[in-house]
Amino acid sequence: MEKKEILSPKAKIPGGITLSHKKNTAESETVRISPVKTVILPLVQHIGAPCEPLKKVGDRVYIGTKIADSDKPVCAPIFSSVSGTVKKIDMVTTANGNKCKAIFIENDFSDEKDPDLKPFIVKNKDDLVKAARECGLVGLGGAGFPTHIKLNISKEKPADTLIINAAECEPYITTDYRECMENPKDVLEGIYFVKEMLGIKNCIIAVEDNKPKAIKLFYDIASNVRDVNNEIKLLKLKSRYPQGAEKVLIYTALKRKVTTNKLPLDVGVIVMNVTSVAVLHRFIKTGMPLVEKRVTVDGNAVKKPQNVMCPIGTPIIDILNFAQCEDYDKVLFGGPMMGGAIEDVNAPLIKQNNAILAFKGSLAKPNEETPCIRCAKCEGVCPMRLRPREIAFAVEHNEGADVLKSLNASTCMECGCCTYICPASRKLTQRIHTAKQIIRKAGNK
Amino acid sequence: MKLYANNSPHISGKEKTHDIMLDVIIALAPLGIAGTIFFGFRALLVIAVCVASAVIGEYLFNKAIKKETTIKDLSAVVTGLLLAYNLPSAIPLWIAALGSLIAVVIVKGMFGGLGQNFANPAITARIILMVSFPTLMSSFTPVFSNTTVVSSATPIKEIGLTYGSFGGEYSMLRLFLGDYAGCIGETSALLILLGGIYLVLRKVISPIIPLSFIGTTFLFTFILSGNFKLSVAAVLCGGVMLGAVFMATDYVTSPTSNLGKLIFGVGAGIITVLIRSFGNLPEGVSYSILLMNLFTPLIEKIPSRKPFFEEA
Repeated sequence: MEKKEILSPKAKIPGGITLSHKKNTAESETVRISPVKTVILPLVQHIGAPCEPLKKVGDRVYIGTKIADSDKPVCAPIFSSVSGTVKKIDMVTTANGNKCKAIFIENDFSDEKDPDLKPFIVKNKDDLVKAARECGLVGLGGAGFPTHIKLNISKEKPADTLIINAAECEPYITTDYRECMENPKDVLEGIYFVKEMLGIKNCIIAVEDNKPKAIKLFYDIASNVRDVNNEIKLLKLKSRYPQGAEKVLIYTALKRKVTTNKLPLDVGVIVMNVTSVAVLHRFIKTGMPLVEKRVTVDGNAVKKPQNVMCPIGTPIIDILNFAQCEDYDKVLFGGPMMGGAIEDVNAPLIKQNNAILAFKGSLAKPNEETPCIRCAKCEGVCPMRLRPREIAFAVEHNEGADVLKSLNASTCMECGCCTYICPASRKLTQRIHTAKQIIRKAGNK
Repeated sequence: MKLYANNSPHISGKEKTHDIMLDVIIALAPLGIAGTIFFGFRALLVIAVCVASAVIGEYLFNKAIKKETTIKDLSAVVTGLLLAYNLPSAIPLWIAALGSLIAVVIVKGMFGGLGQNFANPAITARIILMVSFPTLMSSFTPVFSNTTVVSSATPIKEIGLTYGSFGGEYSMLRLFLGDYAGCIGETSALLILLGGIYLVLRKVISPIIPLSFIGTTFLFTFILSGNFKLSVAAVLCGGVMLGAVFMATDYVTSPTSNLGKLIFGVGAGIITVLIRSFGNLPEGVSYSILLMNLFTPLIEKIPSRKPFFEEA
């Protein structure tokens, strides 16, 4: 068997920062959470239109039963993650602070799967797009964009490269790494489906060099017979944050730039998260849609850091309790760089969550802001080469949408590098977020 | 249980403002020691008075305007050190203290504190002292002497007055090492360069301003005089080295973009040589930096860069 060549990045990541990886849970096998009494399934777990409930209070549902959907194009259906009864449909505050309708399902602990689930036959592109939709799949890296929209490419605008994002550049999080380690075959089978059905010639699996084991695993498996033309390649990325951000990844892998308001497809690329392709393959194989999610539970308030497989909709407090975390001052969903702080731990886990991090003491406490000394370190680390300091200043002084637009504030992806590096602990990312909202509001008038 | 719910990111780099200031203090420290060796205990006393009055001045000013104290950011210590290094060792101590108070209270505090001042506090204070006490500010003690106020000739005066005939008394090595009459911390080009290299390696400063400032001063002096030795002396003595490495690189009062830094350095070099050659002051470094400080907001208006993913 011929050994695979490992690709090196084609370009250096612009700006960025070096973080301590804190991948404490990298070697911990995924553990299934003990069954919870109630799951809460918000009707918005994706970017796009909210779903409408398909079930009423009192209805019997199974694991994998579709409970909400919408006829709007940008949307992903929602499935019950337990077997039981619809208890109520009520407003809920999600982990990111949004309020939306949610379906509460009481678990009957029988773990019955929906009897109608069966393997999904995929013969062409349309089947694959349909499969992604019927799986309820969204970008599991955190973005939550419905996958079926991304895969629905036209002949006029084809893709030549599929990039599988396994960079996982946020500290602590190891869910994608565990997917690579535990289900490498699902990842590869998923890749073949996407690649063959969409007619994409090349595939690059992008992994940071701090995960040598995952690199090795793919190296062996990708040498497998099905890849006759040697079209699946492994790209070893430098560990640097935000290496995994879509635009940054496409640039370092292919030296192609995705400009503002453009999509990866405009440069002939589709980027998929590594767990997303594996989930897609499992759905095609079994018919079981996206009803559970592996999350990394870590942080200095967690006694037993680990990767936990949870039914979607599990209240975060139950996940914390499972990892023996009782005393905490701050809880995050997602990584410490881009993740949000949860105000109410009764909020449920949603599809694109990949970590629950709990902190106490000084790690939980926000830094005090001191005056800007104009050191311009924020400009040095910005992967978009913006001027965070200037944008933040314009926001603080209410300089209005036009000034913010001229500073290209909308280009910001809120990776957090500027705030991280700021010696004065200025809340730059937060103010740029505000700047983006101001620009959006002005645009809507 | 009330949870912290601030916006992301939730981790931050270790380097904070006071760490940066501490690095500057570390880079400046050898100059104080050298100054004490060259000019005696009196130099150390001036340094101590300047630093103490800068810190106490800032503390009391914060108290007076009911603001939280800012002395722990160590910027007042840096200001005090820089002012002391720009004074002759024989300066009356009350003038040294007054200078520090002008720097931290008037130039910095009254404009809103750290980050808000439009001009470098130490430079501005030094200029105010020079205008107010011209004789005392230019009475230098010779090196390794225990006399108090003895007006000693400095090489910088020769550069200003006798263009084309510099040479005689001072070897280049002496000018490089720093054992000649001058302000407490400005004489040793060697130690200033070492401090500058430390700051560049620690990524506290960018080398653009020091290199362009020093390079321009050398080149422009050479163009005007045609004398290579004099042009080397022009950067080794006087305030060019100290100014270019430690004062012109002040974040608050210098441009942030690379192009802006280059303009700042070249501009400061040209103004320095013009004052030295055609003005009736022996030295022009302080004024050149102050003038470029004032130009900084204008230089910052030059569009410096496009967002990365916008470029073709």
